[in-house]
Amino acid sequence: MKQTFAVAIGGAAGQGVATPGDIFAKIFSRRGLSLNAYNAYQSIIRGGHTLLTIRTGPEPVTNMGDRIDLLIPLNQDTMDRHLKLLGNGASCIYNADTIKPGVAADGVQLCPLPVSELADITRNKVAQNTLAMGAGLHMMGIGFPALEEALREQFKKKGEAVVAENVGVARAGYDYAARRFAAFLNPLPKTDKRYAVLSGNIAMAMGGAAAGVKFYCAYPMSPSTGVLHWMAAHARKAGIMVRQVEDEIGVINMAIGAAHGGVRAMCATSGGGFALMSEGLGMSAMIETPVVVIDCQRAGPSTGVPTKTEQGDLWQMLGAAFGDYPRAIAAPLDIADCFKLIPEMFNLVDRFQCPGLVLCDLLLSEGRLGVDPKDLDFHPVIDRGELITGTNGNGAGAGMATNGDYKRYRITESGISPRAVPGVPGHIHTVATDEHMEDGVLISDEFTNPIKRRAMMEKRMRKVAGIEAAVRPPELRGPRDAEVTLIGWGSTKGVIEEACEILNEEGISANQLQIRWLVPLHGEAILELLRKARHTIIVENNYSGQFARYLRSETSFVPDGNIRKYDGEPFMPHHIVEAVKEQLGGKTKLSVPAHEIMV
Amino acid sequence: MATGVQRASQLTVADLKGRVDPDWCPGCGDFGVLAAIQKALVDLQIPNHNVVAISGIGCSSNLPGFINTYGMHTLHGRALAVATGLKLANHDLTVLVTGGDGDGFGIGGNHFIHTMRRNVDLLYIVMDNQIYGLTTGQTSPTSRIGMKTKSMPFGNIEAPVNPISMALAAGATFVARGFSGDQKHLTDLIKQGIEHKGFSFLDVFSPCVTYNFDNTYQWYRPRVKKLEDDSGYDATDWPAAMEKSLLWGEEIPIGKFFERTDLPALHAAEPVLNEGPLLHGELRVPADVARSFIEELM
Repeated sequence: MKQTFAVAIGGAAGQGVATPGDIFAKIFSRRGLSLNAYNAYQSIIRGGHTLLTIRTGPEPVTNMGDRIDLLIPLNQDTMDRHLKLLGNGASCIYNADTIKPGVAADGVQLCPLPVSELADITRNKVAQNTLAMGAGLHMMGIGFPALEEALREQFKKKGEAVVAENVGVARAGYDYAARRFAAFLNPLPKTDKRYAVLSGNIAMAMGGAAAGVKFYCAYPMSPSTGVLHWMAAHARKAGIMVRQVEDEIGVINMAIGAAHGGVRAMCATSGGGFALMSEGLGMSAMIETPVVVIDCQRAGPSTGVPTKTEQGDLWQMLGAAFGDYPRAIAAPLDIADCFKLIPEMFNLVDRFQCPGLVLCDLLLSEGRLGVDPKDLDFHPVIDRGELITGTNGNGAGAGMATNGDYKRYRITESGISPRAVPGVPGHIHTVATDEHMEDGVLISDEFTNPIKRRAMMEKRMRKVAGIEAAVRPPELRGPRDAEVTLIGWGSTKGVIEEACEILNEEGISANQLQIRWLVPLHGEAILELLRKARHTIIVENNYSGQFARYLRSETSFVPDGNIRKYDGEPFMPHHIVEAVKEQLGGKTKLSVPAHEIMV
Repeated sequence: MATGVQRASQLTVADLKGRVDPDWCPGCGDFGVLAAIQKALVDLQIPNHNVVAISGIGCSSNLPGFINTYGMHTLHGRALAVATGLKLANHDLTVLVTGGDGDGFGIGGNHFIHTMRRNVDLLYIVMDNQIYGLTTGQTSPTSRIGMKTKSMPFGNIEAPVNPISMALAAGATFVARGFSGDQKHLTDLIKQGIEHKGFSFLDVFSPCVTYNFDNTYQWYRPRVKKLEDDSGYDATDWPAAMEKSLLWGEEIPIGKFFERTDLPALHAAEPVLNEGPLLHGELRVPADVARSFIEELM
């Protein structure tokens, strides 16, 4: 098994959980360690319970894992909730002045810090956090300079006195641990790798910037708001117009307006906001103006659980807007993929002039991952398709010539009609959400004509085949003739991967089919792979098996079993491992693992 | 068909004739609005490929199909949001938004308010006929109390909105009212609205001859009084404009209620657009900037 180490910091919102988390993340990634962070929190600004788990290690860490090695409870509530999660070899660092430990399992080291003796708590209100960081770092076998450097960066804006104060407190914790607490068995190693640590929201925003997005607009909605925040903060440097709009209906329409003007336009929301965008997506498809919409799924229905994750919006995506139209839907597989997917999606929708939907979720949006900076490529391929902008030479066919025969919706074999943007001489036309003829003139009113309607439907829908051909089918990962094949989509990639590793180590051969493109699905290719599989299980973060139902509707394929979770929290590897064993043993065909961490 | 490059000096009303003839009912007020828009564009000599007419849904919203400029026939109530995005993508374009009272003040009411406070540089013309026409005659947000329609057969019991007061309150920087029955005056207001640098709101009485028998040409003619004829009226005086906006009954003011020119339009207030329209900007983030974005995360 690969070496990993997980530290969990818990407390009430507003108690300062984020800062030690950020500092640990910085120190780990600068040691060349991979990391994955997940913050379980509530929809409240002050109070509530927050538990941030950072898992790190020299090899890629893709999920929160099964084990907490170090717990730092900042209040009694956290101690009471989570001490029982610790097993042999784990430690718990806490403020002995204010927190009473409960009963710990055998082999758990309790590490009380006499906070008021070690620091002046009248001056430094978060002294317990800083002391715990110092103590923890020592126990992980990391030298103090790494913490000093991180603290210096964290507090430099507040002046040298504050830096010195915090470094002093951290040092006191570090030295106290050296005298009193046993270090962890395996010190955290160092590697030559370099990591950027980022959330999925930042990754998607940066991916947008890399894709050449020039217009971004949004209405704030958890867990998508991080995209807006990054865009707003970096807009001027990146040359992006960022607007906060009155509602998501305005958002989608404004984005389409900008896209129609010829720029790449993007917006992000969550399920509730996406519901409001539905009619706009139909417009994008009908007037054939490409737009990219990100849905960061949270637990629904309705306002649901705003700070919890779910994969519950798939059918909303599949059914968004009435009528038949071409669309693309993809679910990023991890945070690095959040970046990579955006330029790919823009290239696809620019070529095929239709809406592109990115189905992210809270787990990726707000989780953080150490990503190789090389995977954040700001020079991806940019293909703007058959776009006529007249003067700037972007895209193909930038003709200035007068063209009295220009037809915006020219019927072509591919279904793609060259798209001139307003302002280009010689290409004047009106686009319409009503059904129209090749030149854009409406047929919906007095000119309705079934032959023309059919021709335009077929023209648009011909793009579906092109979209399918432009995207690669998914591939099976792991041993060919495995005992069990686990099928997942989007954000569950990492945790299923780790579950497969554990199963293989335990002698149950397992492989994985992870779906990234939901539309186009490549149903036949999937069916081909699954027909040969010995035992198939679909793993997904929702109640009804939304992907299982979709796969069946497209391919008639029914898996041998399902593993589902809809409690708001993500899968942990052992949930999947245990469910697989249960199902291979014939006990059930549907496993719903219980989440042991009460957050 | 005149789809070629237009020299400004060549633009004529004939060049602005759309691919199809309007399908409005004979006598509809919207004919007068279309003619006034065409006349205004000819007077201003704006090349028609640089003009975009954007509408929502409704009888009047079919207008972009009847004029030879770029056009967008969007969703019900959403034209202003689409227009804002388009204007920000390419602020060199002249953007005209046209629609009806149901489209603008009913289903699109939220965008109406916010587009005004944003001071987006466009002219919004509402062909206000106080009725839903395309859905065959229901009460609209501007229908008077007591008006009988198919949806309120015993008479409307809800107070109508006052579009002029709403626009003034929401911060529109140009607020005017026209009458489809007075072409010359309307054309002049459209020209002023296009030339105003910021959000221009023009509410136009555009009688529905099929479903509204209350607010007819005959009803309006003796009532409308031009503000321009009142030498004491100062259109830069906001409280005076608000007071005038409340007049309704035997005397209904038309003309320019209010204009202020001291506020920048949205596109002029955002430094990202200093270098020119987004459309013509560099697609790629400069390498050093991209590097700084990644370094922030390390």
